[in-house]
Amino acid sequence: MKKNNLLNRRNAIITGVSALGSLLLNGCSESSPPTYGNILRMGDMLTYNAHRTLLPGQSLVKEYAHRDISSFPATGTTNPGDSSRSGFSEDYERFHRKAFADWSLKVEGSVKRPGSYSMTHLQRFPLRKQITRHTCEEGWTAIAEWTGLPLRVLLQDAGILPTARFVNFIAYDGYIDSIDLLDSFHPQTILAYGMNGRNLPVQHGAPLRLRVETQIGYKSMKYLQKIVVTDEFMDNGDYGWAWYTGI
Amino acid sequence: MDQEATAQPLVPSDNSRHRTWVKSTHWVGTASFLLLVFSGYVILMVHPRLYWGEVGNDLTPALFELPISKNHQHGGWAKAAPFFDAPGSPVSSSRTFEIFNQNGWGRSLHFLSAWFLVFTGLIYLLLGIFSGHFRKNLVPGKKEFSLGSFIRDIAGHLRINSSAFQYGPQYGLVQKCTYIIVLVFLVPVIVLTGLTMSPAVAAAYPVLLKLFFGAQSARTIHFFTATLLVIFLVVHIVMIIRTGFKQHIRSMTFGK
Repeated sequence: MKKNNLLNRRNAIITGVSALGSLLLNGCSESSPPTYGNILRMGDMLTYNAHRTLLPGQSLVKEYAHRDISSFPATGTTNPGDSSRSGFSEDYERFHRKAFADWSLKVEGSVKRPGSYSMTHLQRFPLRKQITRHTCEEGWTAIAEWTGLPLRVLLQDAGILPTARFVNFIAYDGYIDSIDLLDSFHPQTILAYGMNGRNLPVQHGAPLRLRVETQIGYKSMKYLQKIVVTDEFMDNGDYGWAWYTGI
Repeated sequence: MDQEATAQPLVPSDNSRHRTWVKSTHWVGTASFLLLVFSGYVILMVHPRLYWGEVGNDLTPALFELPISKNHQHGGWAKAAPFFDAPGSPVSSSRTFEIFNQNGWGRSLHFLSAWFLVFTGLIYLLLGIFSGHFRKNLVPGKKEFSLGSFIRDIAGHLRINSSAFQYGPQYGLVQKCTYIIVLVFLVPVIVLTGLTMSPAVAAAYPVLLKLFFGAQSARTIHFFTATLLVIFLVVHIVMIIRTGFKQHIRSMTFGK
């Protein structure tokens, strides 16, 4: 740290090598998640591309019988209405107090008809019930019955544009994440408002959560506030976790 | 050790040297395997409970638990609420305990190392088949394989009788059998059980869930297979140390 030369050989070499590297990566800027020069994120993208290339598109995950429903831990944010815990949201607390009566889901971005969907509106769409296995990145699994509407039904109702490539989810507890269109239009990717025959409980994401059954649990975001459809990848920075978690 | 190694009268002839591709795949494979063991251990630390069947979590009984992190039996759960009115209903409970979790990099490192092992393994498999390496050096000959010679070879290993070993691909009978078990049984099982845990792969090939009795069984089999592979590694290193560590490393690195 003593010398502060503007240009030295080591820096020149590093700059040169990273410039070469950026040439290699040029093909996947903007239209796919960035790797931030992180070798782990490059491995994640290799997995993503391998899955999209080698696996048959939109295979259905196994569905289970009602008797297979198991106990289900609630982890991560378990109540955004609790000001003493992380993920607190004043808006959520207000909706929660009124039993989510005036809650609505906003849909924006690359859609012909952006707008808000109330719970009664969402529940008017043809529903889908599925008993599936939740796989947490921590290593545990649990089976539950989810009731909701397929995400593709909502996207088509909002008039998703042909330029769209990613569907982003914004949650009350501060989480933002996205999935690609293949997973968005997967028949088992649903917006769930019911769990095990009852309204979705707060600790599992009330009033509405995402279920992405072909990926690891943390992609199935809870406490949905807004859906934004984008033509390009919405970069929220590298938060240290793989974007694609079909593995 | 050093003296022993240099005093060895064995000068390997050209055809008893490791081939270049055997040496490079050996070391890339070693590095990938060690990274997989390390990251796999970190992943296991996050949830050190193992189960059988499709389902397993902190609210269901475990096959067994490993005391390898602060997550072991942490007990940080809010009062459980039943999903159904019937007695014995499955329950839900909120976690109240800040767990150890380094899976952000742990999982990605595990899969990155697995990719290195996949590419190395494919090269090794193709060259092993087409160069005749598997046929000539790994599969025991008909005359070579008998129960008597197998037992004699094991006894030789236990007595630290290293008279029959060579530096290079002139493997002994037990050695050949061990390598074959690792290659045709342990490695395929650990790869397939790993893939079974992937939601996307299990959706595409649901037969995997049947083959390993469910996602959690696959995880448990994955753990035991990894344990067997680590035991193999330990025995492998012990045998190498007992028969001239430096000479072996030199032979597997430079081929001399």
